[in-house]
Order: sequence, then C-alpha cells, then structure tokens
Amino acid sequence: MDFIGEKLLQVVIALAVFAALIGLIMLVVDRAPKSDKEKITVIGFLAPAAILLLVGLVYPAVTTSFLAFTDSSGKVNGVDNFVWIFTQPEALVTLRNTVIWTVLVPLLSTSFGLAYAVFIDKARGEKVLKALVFMPMAISFVGAGIIWKLVYDYRGPGIEQTGVLNALRVALGLDPKQFLLDAPGNTIFLIIVMVWIQTGFSMVILSAAIKGVPVELVEAARLDGANPWQQFVNVTLPGIRGALVVVLTTITIATLKVFDIVRTMTAGNYDTSVVANEMYTQAFRAGEPGRGAALALILFLLVLPIVVYNARVLRQQREIR
Amino acid sequence: MTVTPTPDGATQKTRVRKSQTNKEVTGDDAAPMMRRVKTKLTSRWATAAAVIIAVVWTVPTFGLFVSSFRPAAKQVGPRSDGWWNAFTDWQFTFKNYVDVTASAGSQSANLSQYFVNSIAIVVPVTVFVLVLASMAAYIFAWGKFKGRDAGFIFVFTLQIVPLQMALIPLLTLFTQVLQIPPGSYAQLWIAHTMFGLPLGIFLLHNFISEIPGEVIEAAKVDGAGHTTIFWRIILPLSVPALASLAIFQFLWVWNDLLVALVFSGGTADVAPITQRLAEISGTRGNKDYLNPAAAFVSIIVPLLVFFGLQRYFVRGLLAGGLKG
Amino acid sequence: MKNRKYLLPIAATGIMALALSACSSGEDAAPASDGDCSAYADYGNHDGKEISVYSTIVDLEATNLEKSWAKFEECTGATIKYEGSKEFETQIGVRAKAGNAPNIAIFPQPGLMADQARAGNLKPAPQAVSDLVDQNWSADWKKYGTVDGTFYTAPMLANVKGYVWYAPKTFEDKGWEVPKTWDEMMDLTKKVADDGTMKPWCAGFESGEATGWPGTDWIEDVVLRDEGPEVYDQWVTHEIPFNDPRIVSAFDTAGDILKDDQYVNAGFGDVRSILTTGFAQAGQPVLDGQCAMHHQANFQASNWPEGTVVAPDGDVWAFMAPPSDASKGQAIVGGGEMVGAYSDAPEVQAFQAFMASAEFANTRVKLGGVVSANKGLDPANAQTELDKDSIARLQDENTTFRFDGSDLMPGAVGSNSFWKGIVSWINGASSQEVTDSIESSWPKS
Repeated sequence: MDFIGEKLLQVVIALAVFAALIGLIMLVVDRAPKSDKEKITVIGFLAPAAILLLVGLVYPAVTTSFLAFTDSSGKVNGVDNFVWIFTQPEALVTLRNTVIWTVLVPLLSTSFGLAYAVFIDKARGEKVLKALVFMPMAISFVGAGIIWKLVYDYRGPGIEQTGVLNALRVALGLDPKQFLLDAPGNTIFLIIVMVWIQTGFSMVILSAAIKGVPVELVEAARLDGANPWQQFVNVTLPGIRGALVVVLTTITIATLKVFDIVRTMTAGNYDTSVVANEMYTQAFRAGEPGRGAALALILFLLVLPIVVYNARVLRQQREIR
Repeated sequence: MTVTPTPDGATQKTRVRKSQTNKEVTGDDAAPMMRRVKTKLTSRWATAAAVIIAVVWTVPTFGLFVSSFRPAAKQVGPRSDGWWNAFTDWQFTFKNYVDVTASAGSQSANLSQYFVNSIAIVVPVTVFVLVLASMAAYIFAWGKFKGRDAGFIFVFTLQIVPLQMALIPLLTLFTQVLQIPPGSYAQLWIAHTMFGLPLGIFLLHNFISEIPGEVIEAAKVDGAGHTTIFWRIILPLSVPALASLAIFQFLWVWNDLLVALVFSGGTADVAPITQRLAEISGTRGNKDYLNPAAAFVSIIVPLLVFFGLQRYFVRGLLAGGLKG
Repeated sequence: MKNRKYLLPIAATGIMALALSACSSGEDAAPASDGDCSAYADYGNHDGKEISVYSTIVDLEATNLEKSWAKFEECTGATIKYEGSKEFETQIGVRAKAGNAPNIAIFPQPGLMADQARAGNLKPAPQAVSDLVDQNWSADWKKYGTVDGTFYTAPMLANVKGYVWYAPKTFEDKGWEVPKTWDEMMDLTKKVADDGTMKPWCAGFESGEATGWPGTDWIEDVVLRDEGPEVYDQWVTHEIPFNDPRIVSAFDTAGDILKDDQYVNAGFGDVRSILTTGFAQAGQPVLDGQCAMHHQANFQASNWPEGTVVAPDGDVWAFMAPPSDASKGQAIVGGGEMVGAYSDAPEVQAFQAFMASAEFANTRVKLGGVVSANKGLDPANAQTELDKDSIARLQDENTTFRFDGSDLMPGAVGSNSFWKGIVSWINGASSQEVTDSIESSWPKS
C-alpha cells in the first residue's frame, strides 16, 4: 500500500504547481497598470487555455487536414481520398446514416432529458431518480455494449431466448427477430443505445438550468392564472433556452463523432456504418490514414451548420444584453 | 465586497440538509405558497411519464447487474438463458467479482493500484479543466476585446476534432519535444485537460454569460477588478454549472480508455482501471462473463461523485442578483 | 461514536503495515529458484538495462509469458517491462509514428509487421536471430518474417487452424466415423442432418469489430485443400484476383455447409445467427449433444467451460479438417506471433535471440496452453493431448503448412474487407458478389 502515498504526493504537487501558476496570473493581472489592465486581463485569463488548445487540438487539426490529401505511403495524391469516399458503394448509406443519427439522437435525448428533468423537479427522491437516468452515462463502454446485447440478443424460434426484446416477442406469440441485422431498422436500434446514454447528459444540464430559473417568475405567471403547461412554455422554457442550445449542440457533435457503439455492436456491417466509424476503420484498421483524415474533414464540414447556428444565437444574445 | 443572493427566493423542496447547506443558499423550506405550485406542476401524468422513463432506462442496466452475479454458463453460450430467469432458478455467485478484483493481471494482480491511478488521473484533470475553462469562459462572456465572439466560436468548433487524430502529434510532442517521461501522470493530465477544454468552455460560457449584467456592473461600480469579479461573483454564482461540468469531466476521464492506452505506458504505475478491466476477459475473450462485474466495479466511483455533487444543484442562486 | 474518527487511520496504518511486510517477504522469496544460468551465458550481461515489450497478449497468457522469460531476466540482469493490450493493433502504429515505440513488439499478424517494416520503423533482425531461425524453423516461417528481402522478425508461438471439434462419445454412440476426405465430411454432415437428433454444425463469427474472422479461416482451409499451396500463395499475394473462379468456388464449398439452414446453427438459430454468436461460445453445443461438429483453431481448447476434458477419449476432441484428396497428404493453415524490434541495442538483440531459441519454446510450452513450430521443441513438454497433436502436425515434414492468409494480406483486406465480406456473405450475398467487392478493395499500389 506504500504506492498510494507516493502517487498522492504526485497529485498534490501537481495541484500545488497549478495553484501557484493561477495565483501568479491573478497577481500579474491585478497589479497591471491601469492603461493596459483590460488587455493583460484578457491575455492572462485566456493564455493557459489558448496554449493548451493550440497544441492539443489546433495543431493536430491542421496536420490532419494535410494528411487528408496523401495516400497510405504519405505521398500527396490530390483529392483521391475524397473521390474514393464518394465512389465506394456504401458511401451514400454511410452519409445517410450519419444524417439520421445527428437528427434523431439530439432531438430524442434532449426531449427525454428535458421531460424527465421537469417531471422529477422537486419530486421526492429526486436524487435517486436522477441517478437512474444518469447511470447509462456513467457505465463503461464495454458495459453498455453488453447491456444492449442482453436486450437485442437473438436465438432461433423454439430456443430459449436470451434477449429481453425477443423474449417479449415470443411471449406475445411473435417470432424472434434479428434486431441488428436488417437495415434500415438496425440503425434505429443502434440510435436507441446512444439516446439511452445521452439522455443522462441532457437531464443533468437541463435540470441545473431549470433550477436557475427564478422562482419569482414562475410564481408571477401562476398568479396571472397560467396553468402548469403555460408556466412551462412561457417561463421555464425561455429561461433555459441557452442551456437547451448547449445541450442540443453538444449532443449533436458527440453524435457526429461517435463510433464505438457502431464499432462494437455491428462493426459497421449490415448498412449501419457512420462517417466516424469509417474514419476510425480506415485510419487504424485498414492502414489508410489519408482516407481517415479525409473523413475527419467531412465530419468537420457536417458540423459547420451547427457552428453557424451557434454564432447566430450568440449574436442575438449579445444584442439583448 | 460580496454580493449575497437573498435567500427568500431560494426555496428548495428537495431537502438539503441544514448542516450541509452553506450560508448563501439556505432555503426557506416550507413556504405554503410554493407547496401549492408544486402540487399543480407534478400532475399524475407527469409522474407516470417520469416513472416510465426511469423504468425503461433502468431495466437494461438492471439486467447487466443481475448478470454480473450469475455463473459463467448462465451468462454466455448455448446454456445461457435470459437474466430474468435468475429469479426463478436462483443461482447467484460472487465469484465474478472475486475474479475481477483478485485475478492476476499481466502487470499487477492488485486492482486497488489501478483504482488509485484512476483517481490520481481524474482529480487533477477535473480541477484543471474547471479552473481554466471558467477563466476562459468568463473572458469570452464579459471581457472586452476584438475578436471575442469569433474566438469563442473557434474554440467551440474545436469540439469536432476527433481525438484519434490528435493522438499521434501529441505523443510526438510529449516524448520528442517536451521530453515528458512516458508512463507518467503528467502526460495524461495534460492530454485530458486539452481534450476537455472546448466543451468545458462552451458549457460554462452559456451559464456565465447569462449572469445578469447588473450584478457585474454593480461590482465594477464598487471598484472590483476582473479577478475579484471572477473569484467572488462569477464562480460562486456558477456553482450548479461547475458541478455539472465536474461530474461529466470526471466521468469522461474515468471511463476513458483511448487516451490512457496511448499515454499511460500501460504499467501498474500509471494505468487507470479501465485499462486493467479491458483485458479482464482474456486474450481471446474466453472470460467475457467477467465483463458485467467489471462494469459495476468501475461504475461505483462515478456514481458516488454524482451523488456527492448533487447538493450543488441548488435553486435560486441568481434570485438576489435579479432584484439588484 | 466519537472513537470512529480514530478508527480509520488506525485501521489504515494496520493494513499498510501488513501490506509492507507482505511485500518485503514476497521479494525475499523470488530469487530462491535454482541459479543455473549456463544455458543463458550466450546472451551476455545486461545489468540494469530495461527492455520494453508490447503485445496483444493479456491476462493468464501474459503471466505465463512473463514467467517464461523470468530466467532470462535473472541471468542477464536485464528487466523486461511487459505491456499487453487488446488494442495493440491500432496502438502500435500510433506509438511508432510518434517515436515512442516499445523495444520489442510481438505482432499477431505478419501483415501488420510488414507495414511497420516498410515504414522503416522496425530494425532488421541481427544475424544471430537469423541463424537461429534457419536452424529452428522451416523456410516458410522465415519467409513470413521477411519483408522485401530483409529478415525482420522471428516467430514466437504458433496456432494451428482447421481443427474440427467433436464429442467422441456422440460419434461412438451414433456410429459416425471421423472423415478422411472433405467428401466424407460432407457425407457425414448429411448423415447427421438426416439422423435428426442434432444439427451437424455450429458456428459463431461474432467478435466485436473483428466479426467475420472465423469465416476467413474456413475459406483459407478450403482454398489450401482444394486448390493447393501454389494457388493459395498466389491468392494471398494477389497474383490472382480475389474473385478468381477458384476462390469463388472455395466460398461455395464452404457455403455448402455454412449457408444451409439444415446444417447450421445448432443451439442458436438459422444461418444468420452465425453472425450474432460469439466465436468463443459457438462450440459449446458440441458438448451438449446439440451439434456434431465445430470448426475452430487449437485455441478453442481454452474456450470450453472449466472442467471439460479435451482428449481422444474425453468430453471433446478434434480432427483436422480433411484434405479434398487424401492421396495428396495433409495441408494445414496456421498462425503465429512475430517478435520484432524497434531498437538494435545489445540487450534487445539478446532478447530477440532468446525468444527465437528452443529454450524459450520449451519453457513456454511447458506452462501449457500453447504450441510452437520451433523444431527444438521437445514434444514431451506438451501439456495436453491437443498440444501434443498440434506439435506433431507442425513438426511433421509431410505436412504442407501455410500461414493464415488474411493475416498476410494488406490491412485494408485482411483486417477489413475480408471480414466484412464474410459477414455479408453469411447474411445472404452470393460468393461472386462478395469476392468482387473484396477484390475492389485491394490496395492499388
């Protein structure tokens, strides 16, 4: 057990160094001459995050962009990778699936999360009720894979079923069904897994936002004769609009990037692949990093509409203020 | 100077234990008026819907939980049956948990060592991300400089950069340029902090920018600078947002396998519990009946954190500010 | 209740003291093994040197691996830092590219090793290792470690594919004979199906993202047996296209079993249930008398439930998938790991030499569960009947041995489109469609 002390010491040192660094920044910012104070504050507050982001994400993003125009041996091959992406037979299916994912997952998980957050707000046992929906988020990915195998598992007719859904089907007198093998339904069954996970995220964030809506406003609406639904639509919803945009955006981006669900449950077979899964497969399985990088760029293009939307929301917010 | 939100609006129906409640959020529990509001809001339909969601969301996990106590043959293979049969033929065993926690790993038989590693990785990262992201979010929300909004949008866009694409450049940088020894916590701390920042800044920016401008103006009139405003007003008012980010940041790092695989060096000195549990099912997966138990061993800490931080999801922190 | 405050620290201190004493006593016990280092004298003295080793091998197999080089560490003074990860295949490329490669990587597939060698990351094997491989292995094996004329990696352990597992007692009760040719096997299949008490075959190709690979073993077995080693080699090196009529016909031959609902898939369902049945569990109906045969490599031995006796007269045993023409002799497909070095430091080269030696093969095989194609391996060291059988096959001069084809093909095919092709083939696509699509995925350069 002696290792614990040594490890914790490392942690304490790291935290102390970090605290010293932040303290130093605050000191410099505070002592800055009045004329440059705003400028130095901006630099001081932003610099640590900016440096980390430049090194950790911007630089790799730039190298990835270059990589997208090279072949597996590293030679520049123009737009060949993009030609390949759009000429392979499954390309359109993969893109179609990605679109279905990015539309359905954010909508469904945000709706379920919001509904749940509202319904259990102030309910007895709120903490436990929240933990139940939060749990899928907290479970490891391997765990989630097995969980859904136990739900979708298939055995032929007449054999004892091991999957919950097929057991229900058989109990109702239906034939068992291979949920994951038949397109396009299988994509929906995979999406359900992602919704199941992400609802916990939207529920936690939205619940925190709902608690931030001033109670006076809700009460005022009630005194004006608004029913609960009207109170929700007219007071709560506008009050958490910012959080809703954040949740929708975050889940959309997470969905665009998700590949582990597809990879572990169908490996992209049976017409279930999505762009992020192809990216992973090409870069790390097939030894074609150029194609993987090209697919990453396509993901980037797909996220642009969301970026534009957020920029507009931001501008509106600034105008109101 | 301090801005203390007045407590009168801060009604908390969830009972926050008095001893835990800090001064600023002390709730007036039993305003009769509020009770009436509550009874109206929680209609029977809403309760029913909540129960349905809770059940549907929990049943799959419950199935895994039951499975984790079933003998190998009942879990996998042709002799297995659905987990619900466990209640009729009543065969439970702790063996899976014993094997998960005690079976010999390739690096160390001692699971607690990996547990400590996980904590040693997660705690600093969560602190780093919270502090750095809230500093940046504050400046993006309330600082005055050219290119502020463009900068924020840019940071937000970085969320799309796939982690996998960043690993090779980053590992090169750590080992070749910065000479940070491989297989040390430092690499993991820095890498995780980098990957956590865009989302952290994005989440907190939303919350911090919605803090009423009057609060900040009032402080400025009192002569407070950015540092004072940040530490004394912004952070205390952002507690619920910080708590949610803390939960998720903790969770993501706790469950991470990818970053750990690249930067931990895989030894029991540094590797987190996910790395150990990933190999628990054996080279060719012939012990995959251990996976359910492994999943529940590793979920305990995130759940504790979730319960621990829930008391910071409190109502009415902004009430006082609004009146001002 | 007040005392509780002190209880925890006291308990913690107690535990810590216990653990400390346990640790120190454990260390005392370690070097108590016999100190005979004569066999290790050639490897030199590498006191204080560290050798990092990275591979796919985890858990029990990893522990055994570490045990088998413990003596090397003891006698040379070098320390071996082992790391096993099931994500090895993706991680090794990342680490090598970032300049953070391990000293030694144990590759499960020659194709992956060749990629690393061509990228200039691997160091060619030293002369000593090359000589050892010439001495201990057949020329074929050396070829698998050679890329563009340079020899890089010595083989480590081997596995033997193409075993067909069955329950001897069932065969005896029913009066079924172990088939000598592929045709006899098809006759037996039909006989079992007609008998009606069980289905002849059970199969499972599910393996997460690698789903489909057990199917590639089927195809390789048929190509090697039906078309012979020359065509097999041409197929693997792409001298003939993947959709060559002979390969298409091999798919059809395998499909006569795998794609017939009468013949598969006992205990799990129809043909398509092969895709959702985990490969490690697929064989179990053999034990339960639900199916007669299951096709899987020698490592299936560790997939049987604990307590299963694997022996000619035990619960379960295996015969080698028979040749199409018994007069041509037996041909088998196998696989194995390759030990490659990213460093040419003396201690690393000494370790490479050790891993190619008969010492290592004997020590590791003695620990059970694996075999090696090393000629210096004493068959008496085999721990089980099956290990004995596998070693005999590997060492038999008359056996035509070929390496697992999908492992030799480029990654884009061998660990991607071939797997995916198998999946869509089982899911209903025709042999022609599938081979056409795999052919089109073969890298152009």
